[in-house]
Amino acid sequence: MTSQEALVNYTLRLGDTSLILAQRLSEWTGHGPFLEEDLALTNIALDIFGRAKALLEYAAKVEGKGRTEDDIAFFRSDREYFNALITEQPNGDYAKTIIRQALIDCFDLAFYTELAKSKDETLAGIAAKSIKEITYHKRHSFSWVNRFGNGTEESFNRLQKGLNEIWPFAGELFEMNEVDALLIKEGVAVDLSTLKANWEKEINQLLAKANLVAPEGTYVQTGSRKGLHGEHLSYILAEMQSLPRMHPTAKW
Amino acid sequence: MQTKENIYSLLSEIPDPEIPVISIVELGVIRDVKFADDKTIEITITPTYSGCPAMKQMEDDVRKKLLVNGFETVKIKTVYNPAWTTDWLSQEAKLKLQKYGIAPPEESTSDKSFLTGKTKNITCPRCKSTKTHLVSQFGSTACKALYKCDECLEAFDYFKCI
Repeated sequence: MTSQEALVNYTLRLGDTSLILAQRLSEWTGHGPFLEEDLALTNIALDIFGRAKALLEYAAKVEGKGRTEDDIAFFRSDREYFNALITEQPNGDYAKTIIRQALIDCFDLAFYTELAKSKDETLAGIAAKSIKEITYHKRHSFSWVNRFGNGTEESFNRLQKGLNEIWPFAGELFEMNEVDALLIKEGVAVDLSTLKANWEKEINQLLAKANLVAPEGTYVQTGSRKGLHGEHLSYILAEMQSLPRMHPTAKW
Repeated sequence: MQTKENIYSLLSEIPDPEIPVISIVELGVIRDVKFADDKTIEITITPTYSGCPAMKQMEDDVRKKLLVNGFETVKIKTVYNPAWTTDWLSQEAKLKLQKYGIAPPEESTSDKSFLTGKTKNITCPRCKSTKTHLVSQFGSTACKALYKCDECLEAFDYFKCI
């Protein structure tokens, strides 16, 4: 694998993870539990779509085959997507969406803070921009975990159920392969193993505050680094891609 | 021959698509102006928020403005570094926001209070009371939070500090 191939794959991984998460969150638009939360999740989705656009634009540029970020988003199939599995999981109820978001925000803030020090100037620039936005996202998701956890029996039960369902997919965020190894050596990628202890500490504190218990003995679900996904991604792509695939020459 | 100053003053005529009382220059998104030759110009812009849907509109407005003012090729370059900050809003722009009914950012990002969530009391743009409370960190556009005044009871937008 060349450095260029590794960088394309790495950037696709970050871009796809952002794109699929944003697509999932945007499903709440018009369906939020009340107006302020509807706006909040829509705004958060928008920030993450923006990050996805910047990352996929860069992936296309490094790849150098004349593709645009839209070509990459709309004309690849599920096996060519590298988004983390946690992002494609169904939203469930609001509690599940919030706990998924908290686990991801906690990872993302630490990750992009490190990526902002990357030797790759474009990735570092996108990361520096994202830190400010994720800071707001994390404050939002963490505060709702706390409120649901300490709210009513109903809100607590739903949150715990959501956590049980999403937990097996969190570990994959820290998975590394030969792409990471090569790019860490070049000072481009973040060594994910350095982020894990702090993430666990922060999440354990959050869960304890909300009286939640992380499920034990679950397998870490993996596959996305190789382009292997559950069936959920295919449905997301079918919805997201149907229009441009039906009308590939259409212009906005 | 156009000068950089001329170009900035031309671009100052373009209003922010979402908050039309301030221009895109006052907003701080225009980062650089470069002339390739008499007919070709490159404008460097930076997004306020990564996903701000107004950016495309701003690009189109910049292009249109320069094309009707004698340029044949207008290149728009987007940069993310340094990331846009509300610190770049001019004092004048902040006053215009307030007059328009949007509370301007009250903190500087350098004091880091915005990171810890300890926000200062935001002044109601209508009755100027500081007895206000946060309704939602996320408002009608990516750059605003929603507040409510406890004195005049009006809800208002706060241009949040990033």
